[in-house]
Amino acid sequence: MSIITVKDLKKGFDGLGVLKGISFTLNKGEVLSIIGPSGSGKSTLLRCLNQLENVDSGSITICSDVMVQTDEKGLVSYSDKKILQTVRLHLGLVFQNFNLFPHMNVLRNITEAQMHVLKTSKEEAEKNARRLLNKLGLSDKEKAYPCQLSGGQQQRVSIARALALNPEVLCFDEPTSALDPELTGEILRVIKDLAKEKMTMIVVTHEMAFARDISDRVIFMDDGLIVEEGKPEELFNNPKNVRTQKFLQRYE
Amino acid sequence: MGQLLLQMLVGTITSLKIFALTLLFALPLGMLVAKGRMSKNRLVSKLVNTYIMIMRGTPLILQLIFVYFAPYYIFGTSYDRFTAVIVGFVINYAAYFAEIYRGGIQAIPKGQYEASQVLGFTKVHTFTHIVCPQVLKRIIPAMGNEVITLVKDTALAQTIGVAELFRVAQNASARQFSTMPIFLAGVFYFIMNGLVSKSFDVLEKKLNYYN
Ligand SMILES: Nc1ncnc2c1ncn2[C@@H]1O[C@H](COP(=O)(O)OP(=O)(O)O)[C@@H](O)[C@H]1O
Ligand SMILES: [Mg+2]
Repeated sequence: MSIITVKDLKKGFDGLGVLKGISFTLNKGEVLSIIGPSGSGKSTLLRCLNQLENVDSGSITICSDVMVQTDEKGLVSYSDKKILQTVRLHLGLVFQNFNLFPHMNVLRNITEAQMHVLKTSKEEAEKNARRLLNKLGLSDKEKAYPCQLSGGQQQRVSIARALALNPEVLCFDEPTSALDPELTGEILRVIKDLAKEKMTMIVVTHEMAFARDISDRVIFMDDGLIVEEGKPEELFNNPKNVRTQKFLQRYE
Repeated sequence: MGQLLLQMLVGTITSLKIFALTLLFALPLGMLVAKGRMSKNRLVSKLVNTYIMIMRGTPLILQLIFVYFAPYYIFGTSYDRFTAVIVGFVINYAAYFAEIYRGGIQAIPKGQYEASQVLGFTKVHTFTHIVCPQVLKRIIPAMGNEVITLVKDTALAQTIGVAELFRVAQNASARQFSTMPIFLAGVFYFIMNGLVSKSFDVLEKKLNYYN
């Protein structure tokens, strides 16, 4: 069953095409990795899915809610605000540089959206937050402020913050790129655990070994297009496209 | 002597009233002005910018005179001097506060808005619960300076005939051929500003729990 359907998505900045017609689907429980050189449009794709950018054309459907569609005449229409909010809450996004709220402690970072967006009671929200913190090995940090945490801990809090809203799909945009190399392991382990629980995920990453390890499917993007797509064994061991081969050579 | 102190007390109360009322109105108005200055509507932002430039580019003393006398020349009616002082101070200080707010708001990283948006917060919630608390922390030093200046600026109210502390002290000095009343007024401003800086220090410390 497909959770995300993207059709012929196009997006440019100042007339310069960044996404030049992206189509893919994501099934429930699937882990999709997106790899590709920097500037190929991976972040822009995630940002379009999460409504941080408006698309120029194409359609996006998430959990059978239409976010945006384009008719035969090329007219782009976003759904109304209420549906967009529903669609938004189907997805969670983990940023490269965490973007935690520095003035709120760890617990509040995780409860704020539950209480104000989902209207969960404070007790319920805190219970849920503590469960997530416990799961991510941060039980002793609930009163800490983000600035008192290591990068790896901050990223785990931001994962907990996203999970707290029970998204159908969790998106990661290079979740380890802002971390010291010795801290990437703890984040990759968390994502791997989520994969084991059949969490549906899209992971943009430069960690090739990791992508090969956790993904059900890998997409290689270059210059705003999906150049190659396949099972990790196929794509990493037998890349068909020359560009994919060239790109992967850099990681050998 | 008792008479002098009583007069000075009345003057002090007038000064404090100017101070408090200016803050009461200019602090929120400044936020509105800052929003106008940052408006995507070019006309609004241009107009607001012009207003800010006039307020910052001309002396407060001139603005006070203008605020008090302009209605008289234009409409032929004058109004309460104290009200004029408050209007003059509020529109002047709102402009300065607005620029401080704007600096603070623009310093908030884009990621804070994006995280809020992805989590489904409304624009209002993002502004009041995510942006404002962080802006507050950033602007405290600049606001402290501005409020200290306000304490001293209250002495300008006398230019349109409002007998605040400094005017009272000057009059008393002239009557008694003594600089004592002026010295006393100086002590008051000094103490008042001591309290202001202390309050800002406390606030700054209180918000030091994160950086
Ligand atoms: N807000 C923006 N304004 C203008 N250009 C942008 C913007 N965001 C991204 N781009 C451009 O789009 C291209 C793709 O960027 P991005 O999606 O971040 O690539 P990736 O994540 O694959 O490195 C880059 O050339 C980048 O400069
Ligand atoms: Mg990127």
